[in-house]
Amino acid sequence: MIVMFGIFLLTLLVITAVAIVRTENLFVAVMLMGIASLLIAANFFLLDAADVALTEAAIGAGISTVLFLSALALTSERERTKSSRRLLSLAVVVAATLVLIYATFDKPRFGAADAPVHTHVAPWYLENTPKYIDIPNVVTAVLGSFRGYDTLGEVFVVFTAGIGVLFLLGSGAAAGALPEEKVNEGLRHHLIPRVVGRVVIPFILLFGLYVQFHGEYGPGGGFQAGAIVAAAIVLFALLEGEQRALAVLPQRVLLVLMACGPLIYGAVGIAGIALGGNFLDYSPLLSDPVKGQQLGILIIEAGVGITVTGVLLSIFHAFAARGR
Amino acid sequence: MEILGLYHYWVFAILLMTGFYAVIAKLNLVKKLIGLSLFQAAVFLLYITMGKVDGGTAPIFSDAANAVFSNPLPQVLILTAIVVGISTTALGLGIVVRIKEEYGSIEEDEIQEIDRR
Amino acid sequence: MNGLAQHLPALQVVVPMLVAAFVVLLRPRGLAWAACTVASVLAFGIAVELTQVVLGAGPVTYLMGSWPAPYGIELRVDALSALLLLVVTGASVFALVSGRQSLDAQIEVERQPYFFAAWLLALAGLSGIVVAADAFNIFVFMEISSLASYVLIAGGPDRRALPSVFKYLIMGTIGATFYLIGVGLIYMMTGTLNLADMEFRIHAVAEQNPILAAAGFITVGLALKAAIFPLHVWLPNAYTYAPHMATAFLAACSTKVSLYVLLRFDFFVFQENLAGHAFQFAAYLMPLALLGILVGSAVAMFEKNVKRMLAFSSVAQIGYMMLGASLVTVAGLTAGIVHIFNHALAKGTLFLAVAAFAMVAAGVRLDDLRGIARRMPWTFGAFIVAGLSLIGIPGTAGFVSKWYLISAAMELGPAGLPLVAVILISSLMAVVYIWRIVEVACFAKAADEGTSAVSVSPALITIMWFAALANIYFGLVPELPLTLSGAAAAELLDHLP
Repeated sequence: MIVMFGIFLLTLLVITAVAIVRTENLFVAVMLMGIASLLIAANFFLLDAADVALTEAAIGAGISTVLFLSALALTSERERTKSSRRLLSLAVVVAATLVLIYATFDKPRFGAADAPVHTHVAPWYLENTPKYIDIPNVVTAVLGSFRGYDTLGEVFVVFTAGIGVLFLLGSGAAAGALPEEKVNEGLRHHLIPRVVGRVVIPFILLFGLYVQFHGEYGPGGGFQAGAIVAAAIVLFALLEGEQRALAVLPQRVLLVLMACGPLIYGAVGIAGIALGGNFLDYSPLLSDPVKGQQLGILIIEAGVGITVTGVLLSIFHAFAARGR
Repeated sequence: MEILGLYHYWVFAILLMTGFYAVIAKLNLVKKLIGLSLFQAAVFLLYITMGKVDGGTAPIFSDAANAVFSNPLPQVLILTAIVVGISTTALGLGIVVRIKEEYGSIEEDEIQEIDRR
Repeated sequence: MNGLAQHLPALQVVVPMLVAAFVVLLRPRGLAWAACTVASVLAFGIAVELTQVVLGAGPVTYLMGSWPAPYGIELRVDALSALLLLVVTGASVFALVSGRQSLDAQIEVERQPYFFAAWLLALAGLSGIVVAADAFNIFVFMEISSLASYVLIAGGPDRRALPSVFKYLIMGTIGATFYLIGVGLIYMMTGTLNLADMEFRIHAVAEQNPILAAAGFITVGLALKAAIFPLHVWLPNAYTYAPHMATAFLAACSTKVSLYVLLRFDFFVFQENLAGHAFQFAAYLMPLALLGILVGSAVAMFEKNVKRMLAFSSVAQIGYMMLGASLVTVAGLTAGIVHIFNHALAKGTLFLAVAAFAMVAAGVRLDDLRGIARRMPWTFGAFIVAGLSLIGIPGTAGFVSKWYLISAAMELGPAGLPLVAVILISSLMAVVYIWRIVEVACFAKAADEGTSAVSVSPALITIMWFAALANIYFGLVPELPLTLSGAAAAELLDHLP
């Protein structure tokens, strides 16, 4: 049964991907991209990757769609010319696909428990998470502690994207004060979205906080939480207008959030050095090393969540303020 | 399960090359970025597929004894890769918006034409 | 080692990263540049210290989070890493200390905190790649450095930087994703991400096809980022339209780091484990290296924009490095690796000089530089010295690399003669394009004597001459780079059966 469902989802995914490439209307392409992300997220869920499914849905289907639509609003909606070098590209692509498919026949059988990936490093993580870190979600344990340095790098990637967009498009406030008539009113004149929005936004924020702090016990963590909180504020901005969203979280505060997240993460790492361990060693943070690990993961996830919220909102405001 | 496994890898290959085709053959800059996102999403599928264990469940300890868990490591790697992907997309879109402002177009051939003059 | 010293590999990356996060918050004028420069100098100091440790005691390893490898992430600094750390941090310091005036002219003050934060992130990213011993960690830091480089390149006032950086973004992301696919395939067959562990476990793998596919993907991905011919097409425009100091920094080091990863993967992980891989490496990459050398130098001869001329010259120089590596001998590898160091010195100085020219002249096209030698004799002198090093005149650093490369090629016997011919022909081509600049600068009548009141800052002139003299110093006393390169080559070849 699951097998049939899996095949069905994957086939839909291929059809959606081909449709994305062929359509000339960029708005349609972006919407289909959102659908493709959701299909991929469903697939991840079938493949037992709950954290990743949540992240793909929040970031791929959610934030990515918002960013593309903001950019489309500033550029154009239709693709003007047909593709170039079509036959050559098609030939290269078909050849490469055949090579890749040929290479799949030697891979370890799908799902085999004795494949190399499942016999070496993975059992160590599964065995030692209860011993050293003692939290139920092994993915968070690996992400936050065992491979915490990668996550530090990831936070800085997000930070770099944030400062890059701010550098290119300027922070929204710097674009100058807006004349009164051009004050963006959002969807304030539409009753239903406003009412529903006002009811739903607090719950979205609450869910974001839940995901942030429950990352250790279930699917969740800083990245997903940051994306969800940012989505709630973006919804607020769409409904009530840019100015009111900026009044809630001004550009300066967002910049501080953006910078403090990585600094918090780095500070925990340096604390590890100061207390006698290596960089990003959380065990010395408290007298009980296991509790120290848990505290360390809690703090760095908070840093991650703060950074992601700050960056995604800064980017959104940078795009939104540009069109005026 | 054999078919499903191979099917996953075939879909990875097709998705990868569909995205790649959009990047190299399309001239619209936003279309290229969309193709790039597809291209990266295919790689995510590859990693997560290799992490699945038969009869396994998500690697979160619960009260069920003797549960079989799927591999947590590819999931960690892809969490990072998804975030890296969106960061690249965001920066790319910022560049596209600036290009539109400076050149008035987001079609690659038109931009090259303007630069030639 | 005691105290802070044992944490040096981690600090090499962490110091620039954390200062970058801090720089973004700095509002007052000029403070961002100061913080960025201080962090770069600190990073350079750490690199020097690490080099001394490595030369004295051998490779240094570090466990992040104190978790044992391969479960945690390991850092490893050996001779090759040390050489690249010196190049990366050195280039950053030189460009920043000399570049205040040029950067102020090209980047608005309000945007400078973001620019300098991106600079430090590029530095941290490149350092992070060099000290990493974990394949996925390399990917993460590769993306940090790439995204930061895109910001640096897009920072200039020339709008043509934007389509150039977009092309770089597309090609760079494809390259990084190919690398990720390759790492995924290896992980699928070996179950580990740690490079040393991978090397060990790849022996036991029965099916070679996915490993071959992985080698292919990783090589193509890294070749895209290293601008190896024919995947170099993003480089000329990106370097030409970037702010001049950003070009000086990036041209000296960013593609070399991708080359470094390629060498690491190839010699540590692939060479001994794929039958006949040494031969394949030579067979595929040597022709591309030769083509890169010839095409790069040839196009440079006809270019009218000095920056683009030097950018194509860089494509050729990367070809020299690949040529040395594809010989798979101690001499060849030493030559290729020492050229990383020497080329950074030469190209860095050349771009610093171009930045100085740009402050006085109307632009950086050959026509704009008419008669510039008379107006800016000091800058022009430094340009000449660095140009001679690029050509490979005896007494300069460039000569050392070319000498070693020719000796390594001669070791092949009669088969090496075509290689020597290519090296000599391309050096002649370098003479041609450097001469074109000299001719226009010295002998052509200046367009209009113009009342350009801008005088180049003493900092720029001093650092430029310091770099130019370094070219001569390392040409006459090349012990340091040669020792490091020799040790690096020996270690790379050690991993062959």
